[in-house]
Amino acid sequence: MRPADYRTPTIGIDSAEHVAKLLRLWQGAPGLKGFFSSVDHKEIGKRYIITAFVFLALGGIEALIMRLQLAGPNLSLLTPEQYNELFSTHGMTMIFLYASPILSGFSNYLWPLLLGSRDMAFPRLNALGYWIYVASGIFLYAGFLTGNGPNDGWFNYVPYASRDYNPGLNEDFYSLGMVFLGISTTVGAANFIVTAFRTRAPGMSINRLPIMVWGTLTASAANLIVVPAVSLAFLMLWMDRQFGTHFFDPSGGGQPLLWQHLFWIFGHPWVYAIVLPAMGMVSDGLPVFCRRPLVGYSFVALSTVATMILGFGVWVHHMFATGLPGMGLSFFSGASIVITVPSAVAVFAWLATIWLGRPVITTAFLFFSSMILLFVIGGVSGFMTASVPVDWQLTDTYFVVAHLHYVLIGINLFPVVGAGYFWFPKMSGRMLDERLGRWNFWTMFLGFNLAFLPMHLTGLFGMPRRVYTYAEGMGWDTLNLITSIGSFVFAIGVLLFFINVAKSWKGGAIAGANPWDAPTLEWSVSSPPPPYNFAIIPTVASRHPLWEQRLDEGGAVSSLDRGMLLDSGKETIGTSALDAEPDMVLEMPGDSLAPLLLALGISILFVGLLLKIWPVTVLGGAVAALALLTWLWPRRELREREPARA
Amino acid sequence: MSPLGYLDAAGTRAQTILPLTWFTLAISVLVCLIVGILLWLGVRRARSGGALETRSTAVEHGDSGLKWISVGLLISAAPLLLTLIWTMVALAAVSGPPKHPGLTLDVTAHQWWWEVHYASSQPSEVFTTANEIHIPVGVPVLVRLHGADVIHSFWVPKLSGKTDVIPGQTNLSWMQADQPGRYRGQCAEFCGFQHAYMGFEVVAESRVDFERWRDAELKPAPPPVTAAQTRGQALVQYRCGLCHQVRGTDAHAVSAPDLTHLMSRRTIAAGRLLNNPGNLAGWIEDPQGIKPGNQMPNQYLSSQQLSDAQAYLELLE
Repeated sequence: MRPADYRTPTIGIDSAEHVAKLLRLWQGAPGLKGFFSSVDHKEIGKRYIITAFVFLALGGIEALIMRLQLAGPNLSLLTPEQYNELFSTHGMTMIFLYASPILSGFSNYLWPLLLGSRDMAFPRLNALGYWIYVASGIFLYAGFLTGNGPNDGWFNYVPYASRDYNPGLNEDFYSLGMVFLGISTTVGAANFIVTAFRTRAPGMSINRLPIMVWGTLTASAANLIVVPAVSLAFLMLWMDRQFGTHFFDPSGGGQPLLWQHLFWIFGHPWVYAIVLPAMGMVSDGLPVFCRRPLVGYSFVALSTVATMILGFGVWVHHMFATGLPGMGLSFFSGASIVITVPSAVAVFAWLATIWLGRPVITTAFLFFSSMILLFVIGGVSGFMTASVPVDWQLTDTYFVVAHLHYVLIGINLFPVVGAGYFWFPKMSGRMLDERLGRWNFWTMFLGFNLAFLPMHLTGLFGMPRRVYTYAEGMGWDTLNLITSIGSFVFAIGVLLFFINVAKSWKGGAIAGANPWDAPTLEWSVSSPPPPYNFAIIPTVASRHPLWEQRLDEGGAVSSLDRGMLLDSGKETIGTSALDAEPDMVLEMPGDSLAPLLLALGISILFVGLLLKIWPVTVLGGAVAALALLTWLWPRRELREREPARA
Repeated sequence: MSPLGYLDAAGTRAQTILPLTWFTLAISVLVCLIVGILLWLGVRRARSGGALETRSTAVEHGDSGLKWISVGLLISAAPLLLTLIWTMVALAAVSGPPKHPGLTLDVTAHQWWWEVHYASSQPSEVFTTANEIHIPVGVPVLVRLHGADVIHSFWVPKLSGKTDVIPGQTNLSWMQADQPGRYRGQCAEFCGFQHAYMGFEVVAESRVDFERWRDAELKPAPPPVTAAQTRGQALVQYRCGLCHQVRGTDAHAVSAPDLTHLMSRRTIAAGRLLNNPGNLAGWIEDPQGIKPGNQMPNQYLSSQQLSDAQAYLELLE
């Protein structure tokens, strides 16, 4: 992204000639080369979504195997070692390889369309983020498939993760894989932040952003701040293991609790990072089916940011039992209770939107509205653990397992599947089947609650977490059997979603540009959108450009069919951060193999580090350097070689 | 009820927390019910349909709805504030270790068993046992927690919440039983293969019973009487003695539970099995089958050796 020149873009209206010109400029190459070099945010977004769902399926299968083992007391389907690798890999998969990337996928696909832009601010960085995600996912799973998966939980506490107690490659795969994946998260976050602040349509001032943009923006800012902490922690662990640095080793003067601080200062904000964008999906999707604007837009937007800020100050609630002094605990306990307030704002806003609107039940609506209840259940159980003395009993029992699944499935997966029903027509041009959708929803909803609602009781009856089996006579047998049955019902529900997608991709009813009569910019373009998104850069005058004739939002009129043409190159408009005043013409890079090559180089580098074969590491570094050189080589069409003169 | 459940309590510390647990639980259930009912009533007004129905329903600005947020927050403030205050009060009441403990224990958590050391200013009252903790009723007991390897967590739900056992630092926990009884304890932090079965028992008993037990524990192992016991003792010394201790014999190692008074304990294998002759023999023969991955290797004894060893071990009352 570079300022081209300070010319005044031509204003005009759409025409066949104009569209043909744009197509020539924006259409990706066909075939394999086009596939590997694409920097189109829609293409990358879809890849993120598909890859994340593949990981969801893998993590789900792992969960089902564990639920078979736990269906009754003292079963021996799995050895303790297999169980430990399974539960660790399940956590890693769902938290790092599904929950966050799926939201990146939706945001990648949707953001430029929501914002009235032709692509993300840094398209090549966007492609790099995806390739690194895939490569690090394969890296992490290579460990699991060779019997070297993580075996100390996703939280990976030392000293169990240290070489003394964990001599295999398991923890090396996990440590390096997490540093590797951190690159993807970091570049993605930087891209989202700049995109949100600099590439909105003229007139889309900061108070007109869709809430999902607020969610992802907030999450991205948090990621930029906290991912370095966890990358550092994993790097230190790897150095402890391979070079005897003793950062975490008490016998060498190190400190096991240091790991927990570094991990949770990342881990807790991360939980918000993987739910805030999904809450945004609900805030944007639900009102469409309630046929009115969201209640309390400003409060919901502010509460999104407030949640994150408070979220930085609650990490110690994962460590209440570690023997920290009471004074410190009481501060974090208070912060953890207070953080329910901004969440409550969102809940009341959603409820009011349903009550004050004219709701129409669609499958998407069912997923979005049921999420409110699941969110509250996951929220209040979190509130219970915020109280230190209560947490001393609750922590590390199945109560917390129930809590975190209500949070992650309730606030991430349910909105995501709802978003699938809502935005699939935009992505594919076809509707998902509504009838199958109802089956999909009810199977997921009932299966999920059957599995996880009784699990609170399992926890209150004292069943500890992360156990490969349990004794009979503890009062847990029936509850565990119910949970196992529920988890299979739930899995069938998720499968129905995949079936619906597969069935409707080619065979669904034709959607048209705006099947739901929704108010935001993505619905103003065809389904699926053309490669350049908007033939004319829209000018936005309200929060609901497609509803404004009906809503009377101050009589403002957005201009969607007359505006900047920007067709003298691959261009989009850069706008000012708060008011979205047009600022500069942005020259966008074309398709490029450099991101893939760079990801490949970094992958080789990490394989070299893992096996400690230094020539391989050097080779990987060299490939990466070459890719960077290609990437950064100045190009005339990006106005990087000489001053722009007409 | 369930042995590890914490919705009932038998000790001061757990008892102090219990009403707060019930209070927050009740508030939580109530909130879920209110939201669930509001949601149900709201959605009940909805018309069923799909895209067509959605499109054909008119869009309206409607009421701003901000009252929902302000009233909602006002109502939520009361239970939140109450919980906050109650939490601080309860925390102050249960967090600090007792100033004048009636008994002080040094508990060391190992993969995957508990070493229990009874500290005393009288050297003659100091001894070590494993996996079964006896305490007198009505007396605050200070527990100093030491980590031998990885992180574990000390938890006796009926008496006290969890305190992690972290190598390199000494964490303090305490408990006070109000009624005599056997209370189950469990490691609550993931610690590897046998985390699931890293259990123990706390036996709360009257002062008299406790002292009788302590006096018995202080004694060394009795000498063997029969020929089988003598052979068994030799076997135990050179085989089991590599890891275990039997005070009064040549078995001095301390990397596994002290066996001096093995037969006084109700369970073996860190709470996994009841301590009876069949289980004991089964455990000696195949510990890896019963608790895969645990630190005790299978012994491959002849049936003669096994019965000798058992004859001796059963002497260790």
